[in-house]
Order: sequence, then structure tokens, then C-alpha cells
Amino acid sequence: MRKLIFSIAALALLAGCASQGAKEQPGAAVEDRTPGVGEIKPPVTVKPDRAPVAKPVTSKPIVANPLKDPNNILSKRSVYFDYDSSVIKDEFKPAVTAHARYLSQNRSAKMVIQGNTDERGSREYNIALGQRRADSVKQMMLLLGAQESQIETVSFGEEKPRAAGKDEASFSENRRSDIVYAGE
Amino acid sequence: MKIYHPFPIVLSVLLWLSLATAAYAQLTIEIIGGGANQVPIAIAPFKGEETLPQKVTAVVVADLVRSGLFRIVDSGGLTAIPAEPAEVQYPVWTARGADALAIGSVSPLPNGYWDVRFRLLDVAKQAQLTGFAYQVTTQQLRSTAHKIADAIYEKLTGDVGVFGTRITYVVKQGTRFELQVADADGYGAQTVLASNEPIISPKWSPDGTRLAYVSFERRKPIIYIQSLLTGGRTVAANFKGSNSAPAWSPDGRRLAVVLTKDGNSQIYLINADGGNLSRLTQTGTIDTEPSFSPDGQWVIFTSDRGGSPQIYRVPVGGGAPERLTFEGSYNVSPRYAPDGKSFVFIQRNGGRFNVAVQDFVSKQTQVLTENGIDESPSFAPNGRIILYATEIRGRGILAAVSSDGRVRQRFSAEIGDVREPAWGPISRSQ
Repeated sequence: MRKLIFSIAALALLAGCASQGAKEQPGAAVEDRTPGVGEIKPPVTVKPDRAPVAKPVTSKPIVANPLKDPNNILSKRSVYFDYDSSVIKDEFKPAVTAHARYLSQNRSAKMVIQGNTDERGSREYNIALGQRRADSVKQMMLLLGAQESQIETVSFGEEKPRAAGKDEASFSENRRSDIVYAGE
Repeated sequence: MKIYHPFPIVLSVLLWLSLATAAYAQLTIEIIGGGANQVPIAIAPFKGEETLPQKVTAVVVADLVRSGLFRIVDSGGLTAIPAEPAEVQYPVWTARGADALAIGSVSPLPNGYWDVRFRLLDVAKQAQLTGFAYQVTTQQLRSTAHKIADAIYEKLTGDVGVFGTRITYVVKQGTRFELQVADADGYGAQTVLASNEPIISPKWSPDGTRLAYVSFERRKPIIYIQSLLTGGRTVAANFKGSNSAPAWSPDGRRLAVVLTKDGNSQIYLINADGGNLSRLTQTGTIDTEPSFSPDGQWVIFTSDRGGSPQIYRVPVGGGAPERLTFEGSYNVSPRYAPDGKSFVFIQRNGGRFNVAVQDFVSKQTQVLTENGIDESPSFAPNGRIILYATEIRGRGILAAVSSDGRVRQRFSAEIGDVREPAWGPISRSQ
């Protein structure tokens, strides 16, 4: 059942990724250049496009989901990094290993690894650094039996900090890769 | 080389501006410093503007002061305000020390428009330097004033004026992000995109009709292009992984983008409609923040292929990249100057991030700021001003510095953090 749910959720994610942007009108290139203003249209408002989460239609109690069980190592979803580093420290290797094993045992399971950085430096360069942190976790999982098709790595750079402070404690909290399974 | 800026804050300017901007401002501007050789100019109140909702000369004066290149000569206390050259008593302006004098009038037309006339006079030669007449709506009075300021600026400095241009930036307020476009003086801000997820890296298309930007609204960075004419938008790059750092080619047909679809962050070229993808850089390291040269032949970018982030240049057709920066261990966010002769970037020095400019030929670097938390620099389209993001007391604001480091401005919103600025192009009809 769980595998089915993941497949549905993955499909929903894929559907959500298809282009929904309104096409530009071909005649739109003519601009009124009289002095003045007013060519800017009302704002586009977007809401985060969350993938719909499929819920099992069953009255039976669900067997404990290892991904949700707080006592299971699979509940550990964050890998922390040193400044300007994407090296996975020993303390996080057991969790990464457990997730790799889960992926290898559940071939329909998919995850996104989201890389993050602290706020210092260029936003775009931090996107690339966050990507490297996500990729570092992915590479370890691939070596341990996960498949390329099961993992997408993306970066939030410094854009979605978990800690808002400007001290080292906040910075180190934000130097992180998060594991999010499809449908979560 | 480091340049210091001992210029004091001009208090009278601050007061004047705060009065002038109180009614509209979403962004308020503060001037710090001033040019070494300011042109003394008098702006006589335009005949008939007293009753207008928007006094034309107030906008002209604010523009000229903001540039730091002009000293406004008092034009008060006259018994008769000149509106035509024949009405000008030149000895009065000579005595007040004005080299140039602007005069004009605003009169209502039967169709509801305004007839705005303006002349710029050389006080010493008692001759007209330039002059215009416009028929405009009430809503166009501000932009007409910017055109007048541009005309004065061009005539007296020999450079292209940018008072009539626009800027874009992102405002973060709580968990809400707004991509906004405003006039270069911060007025008339309009929201182009509102989202509960971050928006970064907005870039103007060369014709000023579209913005490319990165939005996280689908829980990953995706590059969109949005029309400012229709509000409609398209996805320019949404590949597996991250899609970021868009840069327009000078003809507006292509974008340089950073994708991770093949692994690490690499620079690709793609048509603005999302087609014809090709890879420009080939490393196992980070290559990001591309910026096209004005002639479209080169791309400068940030890469850590040498062990630390430095700035490189590569031919658009491909080839061996050349390293451009060697000082320091963190040089990022390069953008070409409009004349292609230099580039602006952020240099980290002892944990502080400042705006710097490097000349392509002499390879001399000049650090222009010292706030220490500066980001995202870009040139005004005349190359005379660099707009960037910084922080004051933990709040994100925009700031600008003249390319010689002498004049500085700050733009701050009444609420929220302002970041990710980009200066729009000069409208072709101007």
C-alpha cells in the first residue's frame, strides 16, 4: 500500500512540475512609450504548489510507518555541515546509511534532498553550495545502493533558514541538508 | 586600492527629500556624499505648477541632487518667475552663482492634458542649451519631470541620464515575498509577483519589458520569465535539480542559466522560450552567476575550480575560461559594466563583503564600499551608478554608489527587507 501511495504522490509531484505559466501574447511586444507609467499589470500571486498527499482509504489501523516513527533512525532527516564544507561528518553517516538502505529496499520510494547554507555571502553562490551539500548526501546514498532515479537534489541556498539569528548557532543550524520523501 | 569617503551627510538635502517623498514613498532615499565638481544650477519654479498635485521642478531638483553632480542654486525670492528666455534677468542668476538655469511652464489644455515646456539656459552665454515641450496627462507629470532631469543631466555632464529608468527588487515582509518594480527614485512601486516562498535574482530583459527571476514557489528553484506588459509568465528552466542565476543575452533571445540536471552547478545557454539548451562550462566544480558582455561575445561568472570562488571569463561559443580575480579568497557576483570595460563584483576581505570594480585592461581593482555586508551589485545603464543590497541594523536595504565611489544613496522601504536589486535599461524612445 505504501508503495502505491508513493507512486501516486510522485505522479502528483511530476504533474505539479509541468509548466503552468500563462503564455505571453505574441502582440505584447508593442509598448506604449509615451512619457509615463502604467504598463505594469496587476501582480501575479502564487501559492506554494504543494503536491497533494494521498491518504490511504482504509479503516484498518496503519502499520507504523518507519519514516514517521520517532524512535526509528529514518526519522533523522537533517545532515549538518561545517562552514564552507560539504563533507558528511561521521555522526550523520548512520542516518544517511539507513535512508540509503530504505531506498534500496523500497524501489518506488523517492526523495528530495534539500541543501541549505547560512546567510553569509552571495545568494546565488549559496544556491550552488547548498546544491553541493545535497549532492554530497546523494552520492553517499548511491554508493550504498540507492538509485539515481530515486533522488532529486535541490538547493534552497540561504533562502529558507530554519534559524533566524545572526550568530554561529543559527548559522550552523542552517548549514544543512534535509531529506524529504515524496508525498511528505 | 581602497578609496575612503569623508563626505558628510548633507542634512538640508535629507530634510528636503523627506518632505518631498512623504506622500508617496514606498522607498525613501538618503544621499551621502557628493561629487567633487558639482555644477551650480538654478531651477526656477515652473509657471503654473503651484496648483499641480505633482510639482515638476520638485522632481527635477530631487533627481539632480541625487546624482551628486549638481548644486542647486536658490531660486526663491524673485518678484517675477521667468518662464520664457526673454523674461530672464541673467545678472540675478550670475550674482547667485548659477552656471545654468532651467525655466518652464505647465499649463492646462482643453483636452485635460498638460502642456509642459522647459528650457535649459547657459547663464554666462545667455543662450539656450536645450528645450522641450510635452503634452502629458496628470499621471505623466512625474515621468515628464524625469525626462527634463535627464535632458539637463545629459547636456551638462555629457552622460546619459537614468532618472527616467526603473529598478526591480524583492521585498520580504514576514513570510511574504514581493517582486517589485519602481521608478529609479523609488516612487510608484508596483508588485509584479507576490509569493509565500523566496524570489531571487530578478534580471531585466534588454528591452525592459520582461523580468527573468528565480522563484521557490514549487519547493525548488525554477527560472521564470514574466512580461511587465501582460503580467503573463512562462517557465524558462525547470529541470531536475536546481535552476537559478538567469542572465539575459544582449539581444534578449537567450539566457545563461545555472542548472544541476547533470550534477554540479554548471552554466548553460537556453532560449528565452526554454528551447535550444546547450552547456557552456564543463567542470566538476561550481560555476554560477553568469553575466553577458554588452557585445554578447563573453560570459563572466563565478567558479571555485581553483579552490576558492573567483571570477572567470569564457567566450560564449565555448573555449578555455580565463581567471580574472586573484586578490582574496572570495570574489563573487560579477556583472559587466554597460561599456564592457570593467565589471563589478563582491569581494570578501577579512569576513567583510564589499562592492568592488575591476578594469579589464589594467586589472586594477577599486573597492567602493565599506559596509561589509554588501550583495548583488549591478550597474545603472549609464555605468555611472552601482546599485546593490546591504543591511542597516539587521534590515535589508538597497544602496547605490557612484562608479567613482564619491556619491552614495540608500533606499529603504517603510517596512520589510529590501534585497536583490537590478537596474532596468534606458527606454529606447528616450
